[in-house]
Amino acid sequence: MRIDSGVPMLIKKAEDIRSSEITPKRLYVNRRQFLAGAAATGVAVAGGSRLREALAPSMTALAGNKINGIKKSQFSTTETITPAKDVTHYNNYYEFSTEKDEPAELAKNFRTRPWKVKIEGAIEKKLELDVDEIIKMASPEERIYRHRCVEGWSIVVPWIGFSLSELITRVKPTSKAKYVEFTTLMDMTQMPGQRRQVLEWPYVEGLRMDEAMHPLALLCFGMYGEELPNQDGAPLRIILPWKYGFKSAKAIVKIKFTEKEPLNSWQLSAPREYGFYANVNPNVDHPRWSQAKERRLGEFLKRPTLMFNGYDQVASLYSGMDLRKNF
Amino acid sequence: MVRYFKPVVFLACLGPLGLLVWRGLHGGLGANPIEFITHSTGDWTLIFLLVTLSITPLRKITHFYWLISFRRMLGLYAFFYGFLHLTTYVWLDKFFDVHEMLKDIAKRKFITAGMTAFALMIPLAVTSTKWAIRKLGKRWQALHRLIYFSAAAGVIHYIWLVKADLKKPLEYAAVLAVLILYRLTIWIASFSARTTKAHSAQTESVVTAK
Repeated sequence: MRIDSGVPMLIKKAEDIRSSEITPKRLYVNRRQFLAGAAATGVAVAGGSRLREALAPSMTALAGNKINGIKKSQFSTTETITPAKDVTHYNNYYEFSTEKDEPAELAKNFRTRPWKVKIEGAIEKKLELDVDEIIKMASPEERIYRHRCVEGWSIVVPWIGFSLSELITRVKPTSKAKYVEFTTLMDMTQMPGQRRQVLEWPYVEGLRMDEAMHPLALLCFGMYGEELPNQDGAPLRIILPWKYGFKSAKAIVKIKFTEKEPLNSWQLSAPREYGFYANVNPNVDHPRWSQAKERRLGEFLKRPTLMFNGYDQVASLYSGMDLRKNF
Repeated sequence: MVRYFKPVVFLACLGPLGLLVWRGLHGGLGANPIEFITHSTGDWTLIFLLVTLSITPLRKITHFYWLISFRRMLGLYAFFYGFLHLTTYVWLDKFFDVHEMLKDIAKRKFITAGMTAFALMIPLAVTSTKWAIRKLGKRWQALHRLIYFSAAAGVIHYIWLVKADLKKPLEYAAVLAVLILYRLTIWIASFSARTTKAHSAQTESVVTAK
């Protein structure tokens, strides 16, 4: 067939189109709903459980019991405190999960009472104390500390507790006690992360005796005016503000005074990357990332990391030590 | 039929980004939003790479040959999420400090691996057009084999950056291994088929020569 322009025009005859290419009438009529539904399914599949979580945002309030008689501390910083919501939903607590947003959910039914702490090693007499006996040893203080993770983020938390030295003097360590070793609970039924050897369980940490006796070292059982939430290390933990966060062991069940330097879990896991001292030090990089800067949660720009996380008063503990070798 | 699916798939692929934006607007990115965005875009880059690589095996197994028409879109989305992941690093982590970034690439293995994975995707994205396919002919196929190396570099990047938990990176590695094994098997099988043909041709010529 020809048109005046002289260009042949192709007109497709009905049988050129295969019947399989014809859109079913039902689909054609409902094509807009189909498209919307398919897109929504795609997003839902992609979002999955995360969508559910996003739709029901995390609680702000801590559910713990209020602590009474809290005293203020001279060691507190005046920096802006990180919102409790962030500190309770961003947790490196591998005993529960390696995903930071999971311990809050997984630790919901974690039993923190009854809780006994064994105190043994180079001390006058072996002890097994109830955690509530330990908590009553001294008056609770609020210590607003900077907390710096080895990963490169930091927070400011109003911890509640008293100096670790209060407990140490009461248990009367002998002259053989050169180090203190802390052990976290081992319980696969309550701590699903312990079913995999991501780290060797139970979690172990340690301090040199003079570090443990330093007034800054905190025996901690609360935060934000209340008892510690489960995902933050309840019922008892230590806080060492001048060291990377992994040193601040959680859910402590044993405190042992030793002659030899304890082999802490992260050092055991990767000795080239994590040492015993783990002092915050912007001049000593992690082999795989820089430690010169950190991201304070809630801030957009990164800030420079401070030597000893800004707690210069501990510098005398390390005078003469090569902090590059003793990282 | 395929024509109707394409816009659907296109939109679905934007889903992960859409979800990120939605979460950003509703405080659902958690306590460390930049870390969340970095991890999410990184995960989706790998997912799209692996989905792209699974198109051909799926085609051959299911006989749904029309799947091939989605491969380019999926591959380009891998590049897209890779670009977002890189942008997060360049802008929100390094704040465009070129000197710092060069130091990172040189010193930190996992950054080197990540940069390699992204760099390998660039020629693939650039030559994804019909024009390029025509222009390059046979060489297009050879060039686009780089996707295996990009995916491998991406998996290695992930393995080298985790602190202690290798579960997720190794899951990606396992999927990639299966996809590569599939290709290798096909390739080896075609090789021996060719050899058999050559042998039977030789035998024929010997017989006829007699």
